[in-house]
Amino acid sequence: MAFTRRDFIRIGAVAGGVAAASGLTTNWWNLQAHTIPDPKTDGDYAVPTFCEMCFWKCGVLAHVKNGRVTKIVGNPAHPLSKGRLCPRGEAGIGMLYDPDRLKTPLIRRGKRGAQVFEAVSWSAALDETASRMDAIRTKYGPEAFALFFHGWGASWFTRLGQAYGTPNLAEPAYAQCMGPREGAFALTFGQGLGSPESIDIENARCITLIGSHLGENMHNTQVQELATAIGRGAQLVVVDPRFSVAASKAKYWLPIKPGTDTALLLAWMNVIIAEKRYDADYIAKFATGFDQLAKHVADKTPEWAYPITGIKPDAIRDSARLIAASRPASLIHPGRHTTWYGDDTQRLRALAILSALLGSWGRRGGYILPSAMELPQYPAKKPEKASRPATDRPQPNLYPLSEDALTCGLRDAAMIRNQVVTGKSPQPDASNIRNQAVAGTAPYPVKGWMVYATDLMQSLPAPKQTEKAIQQLDFIVTIDVLPSEIVGWSDIVLPESTYLERFDNVWAPAYKEPFIALRQPVVEPMYESKPGWWIARELATRLGLGDYFQWKDPLEVVRWRVEAAGQDFAKLRRQGVITGQRLPVAEEEGLALSFDTPSKKIELFSSTLASAGFDPIPNYTPHAQPPDGMFRLLFGRAPSHTFGRTTNNRLAASVFAENELWINTVAAKSLTGFEDKPLKSGESVVLENQDGVRSTPIKAKVTERIRGDCVYMVHGWGHSSNGLKFAKGRGASDSELVTKFETDPIMGGTGMNVNFVRVLRAEA
Amino acid sequence: MRFNLVRKRYAMAVDTRRCVGCSACVIACKEENGLPLADFRSWVEVEMRGTYPDLAMEIRSERCEQCTDAPCVTNCPTGASYYADGGVVLVDRSLCTGCKACIAACPYEARYIHPDGYADKCTFCLHRVARGLQPACANTCPTQSLTFGDVNNPVSDIAKLLRTRQSKQLETEAGTKPNLYFLT
Repeated sequence: MAFTRRDFIRIGAVAGGVAAASGLTTNWWNLQAHTIPDPKTDGDYAVPTFCEMCFWKCGVLAHVKNGRVTKIVGNPAHPLSKGRLCPRGEAGIGMLYDPDRLKTPLIRRGKRGAQVFEAVSWSAALDETASRMDAIRTKYGPEAFALFFHGWGASWFTRLGQAYGTPNLAEPAYAQCMGPREGAFALTFGQGLGSPESIDIENARCITLIGSHLGENMHNTQVQELATAIGRGAQLVVVDPRFSVAASKAKYWLPIKPGTDTALLLAWMNVIIAEKRYDADYIAKFATGFDQLAKHVADKTPEWAYPITGIKPDAIRDSARLIAASRPASLIHPGRHTTWYGDDTQRLRALAILSALLGSWGRRGGYILPSAMELPQYPAKKPEKASRPATDRPQPNLYPLSEDALTCGLRDAAMIRNQVVTGKSPQPDASNIRNQAVAGTAPYPVKGWMVYATDLMQSLPAPKQTEKAIQQLDFIVTIDVLPSEIVGWSDIVLPESTYLERFDNVWAPAYKEPFIALRQPVVEPMYESKPGWWIARELATRLGLGDYFQWKDPLEVVRWRVEAAGQDFAKLRRQGVITGQRLPVAEEEGLALSFDTPSKKIELFSSTLASAGFDPIPNYTPHAQPPDGMFRLLFGRAPSHTFGRTTNNRLAASVFAENELWINTVAAKSLTGFEDKPLKSGESVVLENQDGVRSTPIKAKVTERIRGDCVYMVHGWGHSSNGLKFAKGRGASDSELVTKFETDPIMGGTGMNVNFVRVLRAEA
Repeated sequence: MRFNLVRKRYAMAVDTRRCVGCSACVIACKEENGLPLADFRSWVEVEMRGTYPDLAMEIRSERCEQCTDAPCVTNCPTGASYYADGGVVLVDRSLCTGCKACIAACPYEARYIHPDGYADKCTFCLHRVARGLQPACANTCPTQSLTFGDVNNPVSDIAKLLRTRQSKQLETEAGTKPNLYFLT
């Protein structure tokens, strides 16, 4: 065998590699031994804390080298991450080192929305904020000030709001997201699901997703459990107009006509009751209203549902049988973003009732009942109850079952000028009161806003309404990390430190493996940013509310609470998390089921709804379908992003830089205006909605993976803020196209899947 | 010919049934290895078949295949590319001239030229493996789709998976004997 010189070197290299790996230091054939390259990103040390890249709050270990965070990995001791992280959690570095961060306090020097600011000192910004808040308090009363908030860091600001004396504290997480679900489950089982949701995905034998795209919606523990369940052979039923990632793993993908889910749920109940596949013992023991339910769904056959949903009767029957065959470990996933069509509480009631028929509440592989570790409140001065009720709805008896303040109502309240509006209470009837939450009808006006860590321009529907409301305000202050759109509309902007640079309160949620988790700083705050707790306390002091913030720093609060709970605080600082004893969470584990409903039973028939004038058992309500040439606009999530909050994060964007418009292949071929040159993937289009509002250009994704009557995009792009130098101009904003919304008459949630768009060629 | 000096054979099994294509592996790799923002040692492929509504989709977390007969090693003129512990193909940066012969030779497009001038690619995080840790991608994967180990050790997780699950490999016609397995 002849050796070339190249082979000679190669053999040497092999030998050298082996020598290096085996620890020999030979310099064989005069070739250097190779060393395994070590990037040394483990750094000097790692700090345990918990994540805020989404609101799941996984435990992380942030590695630090020479004062810089090199990598963020999952904390193996933390029950939510179990040592594993999603791309957003890892990309926390991209937020920490985002060159576009808010670096100093800012005071507006142009018209609202013009994004013209002057950098000022903290004392100037805080003095000005406090004096403006004080002026509102003096002139109109503290109730005329509202707080909009999101995320764990908000606790300092909700406390500030309560101490100040306003009941108007609202988060989009309720009326734009989870509200209908929480209400529906409370009506049915006597309690909501919370976050993390009290569901047992990993032990489910069948998992049904209705409009939830878990896997693209990357709530870490839920996705971990979904994969575990799939690994154990669990079957999936996925109801989605789009062939989601989860749909690709499903036994049944049911590409339902958007807006008809309740009809499918009723038809499934019809099959399960007619074929006696429900858990009769469980229903007899725990539920009330079965006979009314059985009668109610008797005519809601698969044949009835077929023309409504587009799902063939056989597919409805077969999927119902699969779902029932796995009971009680058959989880109908409750979803999270549930504000779709304005009848969302009723749709989720149907989902909850189906779960009851399967006997999956309080059972392994279904809905479980975890508890939280004890964590006493810090003994500080308690804020008094506000002297007036919230001004988040036109009449007190509108949205009678809402459990939280409504963001859009507070927006409307900013648009009224006169003080008093009364009038006859309308009958609480869906057709009568829907969408009556219009400007000029709230009990009293809101004159000042504080916005903490939520971009109201993207999180509320109809952003032009938000702009109008802001123009009416005496004052608006925003606290955030990045210059999102709402920052550009603010009078004062206070730059907050990221979650990697600050303490926050401790967290002890109800979870099957109960735990206490600590957020602690990994590195010093960058620029002139300050932690939220400090900002809130400084404002409180200036407003004469310092008594409510009697602590040096959160460490004092957190240490007291943890030690009062009998836990080792040093251990918590070292590990980032302390886990508690696992208690029974399901009947199979010895848990006795009880229901905090009026009847103390599972309410298949809801007396609460009946007495409030709503359907006691859900009905299918038809929703308008898009006219010819238009598509229903749907939106969702990408695994590497959290709404608009991460779109400027260059690390997260390295795997998903901008959203695309998903459009069905056949539908794309028959688009008006594209006759000469059919639309292709990658081409830019512009969307125009039913009200003539146009989007920024967005690239088309022509795909088989979606129905022909709707289009889809990931939420959070289309930024217009000049400060977001990376994200500005990328993709389109679904929020701008959501000029129309349907308000849930039961709890005030805003259904946003009711907008139709035309697809136009983008001007070259 | 090749000397059978390697007793260990490191490989990775990628479970396409579990994977949701979230790209946590990609970002974990970038952070662990301090890669430039624009460069990647791993990526996610999505392969679609069928027409609406009869569709099938496969999601694959991909990286260097750590071929047993690696064309990048054969075609490297300076000996910079070599077989290291467990058969893992590495690049000795001090020997690499950035000539891109390896990039041309690789059927998997697994390599790129680092801004510092050398060819770079997945190392199976051998620096972690040497400390008894998993590669960064496998360590973070929320769906536990990535199983790394020694296929020549019959009791390893990966050996068991490859015995019990159907798997496939990519571009086998290139004759590279890849060591990435895709569980289907």
